[in-house]
Amino acid sequence: MPLDTSYTGQKFKLVGTRPLRPDGIDKVTGRAKYGADAFAPGQLVGRVLRSPHAHAKIKKIDTSKAEKLAGVKAVITSADLPDYTNGDRGMFDILENCMARDKVFYDGHAVAAVAAIDADTARKALKLIKVDYEILPHVTDVDEAIKPKAPILHDDIFTEGVEPKPKKPSNIAKRTEFGHGDVEQGFKEADIVIEKTFKTEQTHQGYIEPHACLANVGPDGQGEMWVTTQGHFVYRNQCAQLLGMDISKLRVTASEIGGGFGGKTHIWAEPLALALSRKANRPVKLVMSREEVFRASGPTSSTSIDVKIGARKDGTITAATATLRYASGPFYGMWAELGAMTSFACYDLKNVKSVGYEVLVNRPKVAAYRAPSAPMAAFAVESVIDEIAKKIGMDPVEFRIKNAAKEGTKSSYGPVYGPIGIGPTLEAAKNHPHMKAPLKKNQGRGMACGFWFNFGGQTCTSININPDGTAVVAVGTIDVGGSRASMSLMAAEELGIPYENVRCVVADTSSLGHNDMSDGSRVTFSSGMATVIAARNAIKVLCQRAAKMWDIPEDAVVWEDGCAKPAGANAGTFPPLTLKEIAAAAANTGGPIAGHNEFVADGAGVSFATHICDVEVDPETGATKILRYTVIQDAGKAIHPSYVEGQYQGGAAQGIGWALNEEYIYGKDGRLQNPGFLDYRIPVCSDLPFIDTVILEIPNPNHPYGVRGVGETSIVPPLAAIANAVSNAVGVRMTHIPMSPPRILKAIEGGPA
Amino acid sequence: MSGVHVTTTINGDEVDFVCPADETLLDALRNRLGLTGAKEGCGTGDCGACSVILDGRLVCSCLVLGAEAQGRKIETIEGMADGEKLHPLQRLFISHAALQCGICTPGFLIAAKNLLEMNPDPTEEEIRFGLAGNLCRCTGYDKIVRAVQAAAKEMRGA
Repeated sequence: MPLDTSYTGQKFKLVGTRPLRPDGIDKVTGRAKYGADAFAPGQLVGRVLRSPHAHAKIKKIDTSKAEKLAGVKAVITSADLPDYTNGDRGMFDILENCMARDKVFYDGHAVAAVAAIDADTARKALKLIKVDYEILPHVTDVDEAIKPKAPILHDDIFTEGVEPKPKKPSNIAKRTEFGHGDVEQGFKEADIVIEKTFKTEQTHQGYIEPHACLANVGPDGQGEMWVTTQGHFVYRNQCAQLLGMDISKLRVTASEIGGGFGGKTHIWAEPLALALSRKANRPVKLVMSREEVFRASGPTSSTSIDVKIGARKDGTITAATATLRYASGPFYGMWAELGAMTSFACYDLKNVKSVGYEVLVNRPKVAAYRAPSAPMAAFAVESVIDEIAKKIGMDPVEFRIKNAAKEGTKSSYGPVYGPIGIGPTLEAAKNHPHMKAPLKKNQGRGMACGFWFNFGGQTCTSININPDGTAVVAVGTIDVGGSRASMSLMAAEELGIPYENVRCVVADTSSLGHNDMSDGSRVTFSSGMATVIAARNAIKVLCQRAAKMWDIPEDAVVWEDGCAKPAGANAGTFPPLTLKEIAAAAANTGGPIAGHNEFVADGAGVSFATHICDVEVDPETGATKILRYTVIQDAGKAIHPSYVEGQYQGGAAQGIGWALNEEYIYGKDGRLQNPGFLDYRIPVCSDLPFIDTVILEIPNPNHPYGVRGVGETSIVPPLAAIANAVSNAVGVRMTHIPMSPPRILKAIEGGPA
Repeated sequence: MSGVHVTTTINGDEVDFVCPADETLLDALRNRLGLTGAKEGCGTGDCGACSVILDGRLVCSCLVLGAEAQGRKIETIEGMADGEKLHPLQRLFISHAALQCGICTPGFLIAAKNLLEMNPDPTEEEIRFGLAGNLCRCTGYDKIVRAVQAAAKEMRGA
């Protein structure tokens, strides 16, 4: 029978309430175990040697002295990681990023690793490894990298997506284009055209927990890994491939995760820990330092974006174009492509075109970061939208309402929208008291919109009904922010049992089928849908058992309020059987009772948000204070509203840091100058006000409860909303993120910055 | 390896350990005593995830040597609850959804407890500055501040 996952408008008893999260006590008592909190008998300490150069050939690596140091049990280089990628360029890039082969491509690129009996010995061993480099010219800036004389990172990369195939290798790895209509004609129809160029600097996800794993590979070729990750199945599959292992032989257990935001959807040092363990024949614990996290994991793209928008005096946008150059680090990425897809997604446009260029630079390999690529595109587009509204004398909210996408709009990236929330979030912003609050001198208000696709993906969930009438939900998606509470709520809702009677666990990779990662705001949508279906499958079994107990046909039993009941008068008169009673009798009616579901969760609901922000800029120092912040976002359905609010607030806070402070600073030598939380400053408690939230619920028609996914969209509008607020406060258009005090002062003192 | 023999009191219990002279208190707590509630987020005193209370004073245990614990009194997250009874801050952090991933939570709870001991009736600004040494990347601090406000009120008996 095909799955029916459509929204039914069912009334809820539990969904939408705010019960205590099941992992709460462990997390407030220090008992919760994260990546670095596991220990194994005989474990060694793993450490990685990293390149001090931005771009260099590796002529020779001599590990002999390190190998001879007492207490060193294994030393590895790329020679210990033969290429099993079979021509898969994406996997080869991952392999090469995990451990440099012929060349190092960025400051921090791994070149060797050791396993030793303690941290001190491991550190000493790293110092004994001699690497002979031939230093090459490097480039770290996205605009410099595409100039004709820029050093070329890979001589076998020719720009993809242009015809004919270029003859010369290029740092532009790929060109992509989206849109429809005739933009030239559209600009001719415009009364006003504004074109501007924007830059954003590279930022890091900044999860507080560094990457950490405990790897254990035995002489029989079987392995286990405990690791902090957003996707233990993907980590397993990729590590197994890179190490030439059968997938079944590697069992990965996910630890509690101390933040990921996309950065833990990629493997980094995990294959090295496994390779060290295999060579040393001992468990190896490998924990990155904060400096390594900054230099060699994560960051998002630095960008350079041109946006041109034309509009008529009545406020109708006639044409819009964007050219987006996104640095992807030294390897191929899809980041400009995502930027190009999302840039105009909020609007109903007749003529639109966006072109993305993936640019290779000598910086760490770019990783996903919460709605990857969308915040920078939104910053550029929403800044120009504000400028146009100002030029034609229209209120910025009204201008956006007039041009907002709606049901039936052909989106700028292709699909036609179903019911969506951009219009309603704008209406809510227009009517919010925040928009009418008075402002003082040096203060400014800004607002902006944001979009994110949300993803579905492969999902596999099991629900087991226990003999005492409680239930265990085993999911394969990592809980990054309270999703076990949401899963328990949905299972309890379907089964008709109390929330407290459901225990949700994240199963290891040997206990469930493959699950995609916790990314794309997909967990409550995909795993939630799988949980609902698995519960309904368990209910079918419960009804079969009740039928057996009553000795009536299966189809004469219905499930209501957590009980099996005869379907009607013809079925017979039996008092309802509770889930607990049926579970207790399971041994005599056919054995354990369970419900499963494995599928590709299609139909993720697109998500929109509107943010409003008030700032005060100190004209003497250029420092910006966030005075007030409001997030309005469509959740589809908020399963546990507290954690939906948490996602809205957390995304806004990350966006505030990005907008005002955070940036990777590279020296002329191509080395990262601020790989620590002192100099890479993320927002602290005293930097922020309370962040107000408004949850709108426009049901996703493709999810039984209407869920859309809420995790990422909240980081999309802040750069633009704050840039609009600062620009309004200082009277100069800000075009470079972060708007750090020196950039703001420069802007105030003369010209754009 | 020659080590330093340290006798100290942790959460009311006298304990002994031997560590190298240059080992941090954080590493000694985590790797020698199994007290992994204190986390290493940075190792440079910038994130507060390793916060403990040393003789009544809030410190980053990554900036204290294990050897310095000799003869001192240390409070860690593992000693915050009274048996099954959670400290009001612990209970209210859960009910206010003041944690998402939870990696910073032990540090925040230790810092907040220390703050409320010194200032039982803090303003919102005093809470925000009192907790400015602890980084959280998930919550935007909103629900953390509200949980601390609620705990302060409850602990004052207000």
